[in-house]
Amino acid sequence: MQHLEHPLDVNKILRKKKSIKKCLLLQDDLIEKNIAILGGSTTSELKNILEIFLLKNGIKPKFYESEYNKYYEDALFGSDELDKFNPDIIYIHTTNQNIIKYPESKDTSEDVAMLLSNEMQRYKSIWNSLSKFDCAIIQNNFDYTKDRSLGNLDCYDIHGKTYFINKLNDEFSLNARKIKNLYINDINYLSSYIGLRYWFDPSLWYQAKYAISMESIPELAFNIGKIISSIFGKSKKCLVLDLDNTCWGGVIGDDGLDRIHIGTETAISESYTAFQKYVKELKNRGVTLAVCSKNDFENAKEGFSHPESILKFDDFTSFKANWNPKNHNILDIAKSINIGVDSLVFIDDNPVERDIVLSQVPSVSVPDVGSDVVEFIAHIDRNGYFEPISIADDDINRNQYYEDNKKRANKQATFKSYDEFLVSLDMTAEIKSFSSVYLDRITQLTNKTNQFNLTTKRYTTGEIDTITLSDEYIKVYGKLTDKYGSNGLVAVSIGRIENRTCHIDLWLMSCRVLKRDMEFAMLDELVNKCKDQDVSEIIGYYYKSSKNSMVSDLYEKFGFELKETSNEDTVWKLDISSYENKNKFIGVSND
Amino acid sequence: MTREEIFNGVQDIFRDIFDEDGMVIKNATSSDEIEDWDSLNHINLVSAIEKEFKIKFALGELMTLKDVGAMVDLMMEKLKL
Repeated sequence: MQHLEHPLDVNKILRKKKSIKKCLLLQDDLIEKNIAILGGSTTSELKNILEIFLLKNGIKPKFYESEYNKYYEDALFGSDELDKFNPDIIYIHTTNQNIIKYPESKDTSEDVAMLLSNEMQRYKSIWNSLSKFDCAIIQNNFDYTKDRSLGNLDCYDIHGKTYFINKLNDEFSLNARKIKNLYINDINYLSSYIGLRYWFDPSLWYQAKYAISMESIPELAFNIGKIISSIFGKSKKCLVLDLDNTCWGGVIGDDGLDRIHIGTETAISESYTAFQKYVKELKNRGVTLAVCSKNDFENAKEGFSHPESILKFDDFTSFKANWNPKNHNILDIAKSINIGVDSLVFIDDNPVERDIVLSQVPSVSVPDVGSDVVEFIAHIDRNGYFEPISIADDDINRNQYYEDNKKRANKQATFKSYDEFLVSLDMTAEIKSFSSVYLDRITQLTNKTNQFNLTTKRYTTGEIDTITLSDEYIKVYGKLTDKYGSNGLVAVSIGRIENRTCHIDLWLMSCRVLKRDMEFAMLDELVNKCKDQDVSEIIGYYYKSSKNSMVSDLYEKFGFELKETSNEDTVWKLDISSYENKNKFIGVSND
Repeated sequence: MTREEIFNGVQDIFRDIFDEDGMVIKNATSSDEIEDWDSLNHINLVSAIEKEFKIKFALGELMTLKDVGAMVDLMMEKLKL
C-alpha cells in the first residue's frame, strides 16, 4: 500500500479506489467508527477516498453524509438520522466557497469587524450545537481564493479577501485552543502545499460543486485520516534511526569523528544538520527517539559527541548499535521502551535494511525514504506518523477553557427554531410559467434530478417547448433567492389538464434547496393556476425509483388523499376548493 | 494512437472506476445501461480520462456526450487524430 503513503500516487488512488478498498477490508482487527461528514460542497468522492485512508489506519468507518451544502442546517437543527447515527467524529468540510460575505470597498473597519463576527458566529453556533454529541469535531479552516482583486494589497488592506480569510483562520485557531474536542483541519496549509492553482478547479466547481480539485481530494483525505487516527490514539510514538548516512554523512567506523558530515561547513553537512534539527524538534514535543545501527557501540556513541551534532547521545531512549540483524534490534527497542512494535517508525537510507525490517516486522512503519537525506524530513512529516492532537501542557488549560465555554455557550445566540432560521434567510422566489429562456435549464433538470422527483419522467427540449406553448398544461418553474444569493432555477412542476382535473406529470426540485419550504410555494402557485383555469381537483402520482424514496410521502405532506396503491407506486387526490396557502417563509413573485 | 487504442484505454478506466475487470463497453454504451454511472461517477470517469490522456474537456462539452462513442470521438478531436 505504498501508494497510500507520501508521495501519494493520486491518480492510482482515484482510479483504483474500489479495488484498494476491497483489499484493505481483508485486514484483521479493524475498529468500527461512525464518521459524519457535514459538507459545504460536494463530498461524495472525499468520503470514498477517506474511507481508504481510514481503513489503511485500521479504522472501518460508517458514514453519515449531509445533503449537499446542508452542513449548517444539519448542525444547528439536527436530523433524526444524524441523532441515530451517533457519530464518533464529525467532519465539517467548509471552504472559502462557504464564506457568505466579504468586505466591500466602501466598508468601514467597523463594518469589516461586523462581517467577521457574523461569519464567526455561524461556526460558533455550529460547534456549540454539535457539542451535544460529545464527540470530536474536525473543522476545516479556510483556503485562500485563487483570485485577489486587490493584488498584493489583498493581504493587508482591511477590504482584502486574503486579509479576511487570515482573520477568520486566526479566530478558528483561537477557538480550537479553547474548545475541547474541536480540531482544525488546516486546509490553508494543505492548499499552499499543493499549490492554489492545483487546489481549486473552477470547472469541477461549476459542474459538480466540488470545492477542491479531484487531484487534491486524496491529499485532503490523507490529512483528515491523520487527524482521525491521532484522535483514536493510533499515532506513532518512537522514531528509530539508522546512523551512517542517515544521522550524518559518511561511515563513523571508517571515516572517524573528524570526517563525518555534520555541521554547516558543506552543503552535505548542512543537509544532515537540518534532518537532525527536525528530529530534535520531534523529540522536544514528546516523540521518543531510538537508534538501530550496525556499528560498534562506542563508535556509534562517539558520533553524537561531534561538536556540531544537534542530537546528543542522551536524546535517545534506546540505543542499539551492534551487528545483530535490524529486525531483531527493532523488537528489542520496542520491548525496552515498553511500547507496541506498531508504534515505531524506522528511518534507514539502506533499502536492504528497510526490506528486512518491513518484511520481518510488518507492523513497523518503514517509509521508502530513498538514500538522499534531503527527502527524509518530508517522509516523516507528510505521513503524519506523529500527528499530535494536543501538546501535553495544554491539557490543563484545555479543561479550564472547556468549563468557561460551557458558560459562554449558554449566552450564545442561536436560532430557537427552524422556522426562525427560515425567516432569517430572507427568501424570495420567482414562480412563473415556463418561458423560452429557461428551456435548457428545465430540460436539464428533468433529466438529471433523481431524488426529489415524483415521477422521474424525462423530457426532451422539444417536448418542453411544446408544453410551454400549450394551453393544456400548467407548467411552472421556481427560482429561489436567499440572503446568500440566488440558487438559480431549482423547481419544476408540470400538470396536464383534462376535464377540470390536473394530473401532475412531473414534480421535481433540486436537492440544493431541500428543507426550505420551496415545495409549498410551488404547490400554492400550482393551485392558484388551477383555480384560474377552473380546475377542481389535482391528481398526484408517485412512481417509486431506486433514488426517490425521500418524496414517497410528499403528497401526504401536501394534504392529498391516497387513492390507489400498486406495488410501491401511489396515486393521490386533492380537492382544491378549500385549499389554503402553505408557504409562510418565501416572498413569491408570479405571472 | 488509433481509435481502437483510445477505446481500450477508456475501457480500462471504466473497469477501474466501476471495479469490474470483465466490463466490456461499446460505442453505444451510455449511462442508462450502467447502473453506477451517475453524475458523480461521470465526473470521476472524465477526470480519469483527462489524466490518462492528458487532455482537458471544456465546461460545456461534457453536457452533450450521450454515449461512449461520442466521448471517444471528442477525445480523437482533442488529440488531433
